[in-house]
Amino acid sequence: MAEYQTHEYDVIVIGAGGAGLRAAIESSAMGAKTALVCKSLLGKAHTVMAEGGMAAALANVDKADNWQTHFRDTVLGGKYMGNWRMQQLHAQESPERALELERWGAVFDRTPEGKINQRAFGGHTWKRLAHVGDRTGLEMIRTLQDKGVHQGIDVFMECTIVELLKDSGRVVGAFGYWRETGKFVVFKAKAVVMATGGIGKMFRVTSNSWEYTADGHALALRAGAELIDMEFVQFHPTGMVWPPGVKGILVTEAVRGEGGLLKNSQGERFMERYDPKRMELSTRDQVAKAIYTEVKEGRGTPHGGVWLDISHKDAEYIKKKLPSMYHQFKDLADVDITTSPMEIGPTMHYIMGGIRVVPESGAATVPGLFACGECSGGMHGGNRLGGNSLSDLLVFGKRAGEGAALFARDNGAHVGFDDAQIKRTEQDVLRPFESRASHTPYDLHFELQDLMQDNVGIMRTGDDLKTAIAVFPAFNEKLRGARVEGSRMFNPGWHLAWDMVNMLLIAEVVARAALQREESRGAHTRLDFPKTDSGGYWETVNSCATYEDGRVGMGLIPKPVMPAELKALVDATA
Amino acid sequence: MSRMQTGQKVTFRILRGEGDSLKEVDYHVEAETGWVVLDAVLNIQATQAPDLSVRWNCKAAKCGSCSAEVNGKPRLMCKTRLDDIDTSQPVVVHPIKSFPHVKDLVADVKWNYEVNKRITPFTPAKDADFTYYQEDVDRVQEFRKCIECFLCQNVCHILRNHEAHSRFAGPRFFVRVAGLEMHPMDTADRTQFLDQEAGVFLCNITKCCTHVCPEDIHITDNAIIPLKERVIDRKYDPLQWLVRKVTGKK
Ligand SMILES: Cc1cc2nc3c(=O)[nH]c(=O)nc-3n(C[C@H](O)[C@H](O)[C@H](O)COP(=O)(O)OP(=O)(O)OC[C@H]3O[C@@H](n4cnc5c(N)ncnc54)[C@H](O)[C@@H]3O)c2cc1C
Ligand code: SF4
Ligand code: SF4
Ligand code: FES
Repeated sequence: MAEYQTHEYDVIVIGAGGAGLRAAIESSAMGAKTALVCKSLLGKAHTVMAEGGMAAALANVDKADNWQTHFRDTVLGGKYMGNWRMQQLHAQESPERALELERWGAVFDRTPEGKINQRAFGGHTWKRLAHVGDRTGLEMIRTLQDKGVHQGIDVFMECTIVELLKDSGRVVGAFGYWRETGKFVVFKAKAVVMATGGIGKMFRVTSNSWEYTADGHALALRAGAELIDMEFVQFHPTGMVWPPGVKGILVTEAVRGEGGLLKNSQGERFMERYDPKRMELSTRDQVAKAIYTEVKEGRGTPHGGVWLDISHKDAEYIKKKLPSMYHQFKDLADVDITTSPMEIGPTMHYIMGGIRVVPESGAATVPGLFACGECSGGMHGGNRLGGNSLSDLLVFGKRAGEGAALFARDNGAHVGFDDAQIKRTEQDVLRPFESRASHTPYDLHFELQDLMQDNVGIMRTGDDLKTAIAVFPAFNEKLRGARVEGSRMFNPGWHLAWDMVNMLLIAEVVARAALQREESRGAHTRLDFPKTDSGGYWETVNSCATYEDGRVGMGLIPKPVMPAELKALVDATA
Repeated sequence: MSRMQTGQKVTFRILRGEGDSLKEVDYHVEAETGWVVLDAVLNIQATQAPDLSVRWNCKAAKCGSCSAEVNGKPRLMCKTRLDDIDTSQPVVVHPIKSFPHVKDLVADVKWNYEVNKRITPFTPAKDADFTYYQEDVDRVQEFRKCIECFLCQNVCHILRNHEAHSRFAGPRFFVRVAGLEMHPMDTADRTQFLDQEAGVFLCNITKCCTHVCPEDIHITDNAIIPLKERVIDRKYDPLQWLVRKVTGKK
């Protein structure tokens, strides 16, 4: 492979968000030679945008909190779809991960006793979210970034991985290009950790950035891994709806955590009709559906949302607790949230489904591959609770890093490469430069976003889903012919062409998983199957996607059964 | 400035190209109400110039990716509303200038990451118990708001002279060091680094950095000046230095 720049590592981690950074730190701490690869500059991953906080039963504010309650909240929030073992590990270990972050220099907001402060969030019984105003993710990523860099992890920034390399049934590395030069690069590794985040860019209205093109999901699937729970797509209830340029940008749940009220155009606190007990702090799936219904039934605001109002709180308090929301609305929408309500509506936010892993080690179903963070599945089930992602990143980032380092140690020698696979991939990735077609990847991207938003969105029907699924083959054909202009130097149009290959594959997986599940549960709502099959068949199975001979396979696998003592925990108080 | 109406025509004059072949190219777009400059740039990319290079991530002034010079002013493109600039004339968009140019609106900012590696990381005492109070960290939290947009680095006249890159860390990294030095649990001494390697005394307090910071960090008053005082104390009044270090105070 003399023609490609080649790097050799024990472990390479793809993705430098909270999950990837934590994995790389662990792997390198265990003595594995570790590299971290990411599409953007270091420190710009999605994690930097997380606002509200990180859930951990530290019991600093509400003394009654403990891992058991956090576990139960997560199981119930996930509508019984989650993997109990992941949920247990997560609840047990997130306090230690939060404290560890503090020991590495993160500066959380404090309680009067001088401990990490915690705030209320939807679906959490107690005040549980460790936070830094409304920029918790920035604090997390900067802390991890500095820890990692000083620990000797090699970082490859602005490098996009396009395919995992395999040999003899095992993942042995990754193939990518430098965004700046367009030149290809090969990473040889004994183990690979996937930490690429989500899939939001296939939807029209989303809080997600250009990076969320389902790369990790697609690469893993093509390499032989399985994806579970892909029908569960979280629409966050509160995204900005106006002005048009900011549509979809997130309004943190911390606004409601700090006492924000939801009202329709008639001034009614409509959550009374949907979840009178928890009101605004109900789970995201409930609040999103409530808002959708209010708007649909004609009680929406001028731009098709509802009102979120925190102006009854003291102006200084708002600016102190929600500084970036204050600026976001002031700068982007000319709205002063200390005096006026915000106009908000649902926005695609998070994918619960992802790469199927062994809870303890993050190992995927194909040897040599590990996964953690948003691109992995199982932890959140049918609906993710706010704050449970940041803690998930640390708990399972650490575990996957450890899993990968151990695998690399036990599976010593670097194995060979399939040169033909590399050649083939290179040709596929470069093909758009030869096309003379009139359409560009951008045109197709907009088409896909409309298709997904309208047919695989917040409310689904079998007919709509079938419509979408029927379109994919032709779409794929069109994409093969899409035209790219210019050179290989930092060429976003060309980059999007391959991102689209990944998005299309995973869009099909989402649509098929959604068609398969004939019930409504958590974030998955079927208008033609409106009931939740509580205690029934659909509660006992997870969807599971595979990829063979160039085709998506969709099936069901039995959900791991929760041990009696944990089930008692959930039932006792449910 | 009056509010932009959907459909209003605006011309953007964007620096295109790489190496020596650079030119400004005019693109005409129909703007939408509430657009920021980044909306226009991404629209141009999607409909007229698919290979137009630009960095962005959050589109909400949280990640610091989209720094550029808009009509000669260093700004985050995602925070610069068309309503707030003169759109009767072509809006000129250039990349930030203090760093090597890559292509179109993208500059090579790797040097900043190299500087960061040289800063002694957070170093708590072995037995530190991490009980500290909000008033201890209000100041540090200001520094930790930095989104690494490097706009301050871009305007600092010392860094505009590229030769100084080896002797001067730049305002972003004084903010970083201040965040570490004033962390109530930190025990490391970075004064020698500040003095010798980071060149803190080269700064002559022009405050240009503070003026462009999108996070409103008072870079000069709250970070650079107190750091200079620390370096001086360390040299001439070690006791005072120790007091500041231990109390985490300015
Ligand atoms: C606006 C917003 C606010 C949020 N607030 C909260 C909150 O308050 N609390 C909470 O718990 N969760 C929150 N979330 C969710 C949470 O932030 C994300 O789920 C989480 O940060 C994902 O982390 P990650 O490490 O899995 O991936 P990311 O942080 O997204 O990182 C993905 C990494 O993978 C890289 N990558 C992707 N594809 C490739 C490729 N092909 N080649 C190389 N690199 C690649 C990217 O460059 C990036 O470095 C929020 C999300 C958003 C969008
Ligand atoms: S105040 Fe100092 S660091 Fe800031 S721009 Fe002026 S010289 Fe540079
Ligand atoms: S200090 Fe301000 S201007 Fe400088 S990099 Fe940080 S956020 Fe940007
Ligand atoms: S895109 Fe993140 S700061 Fe502008």
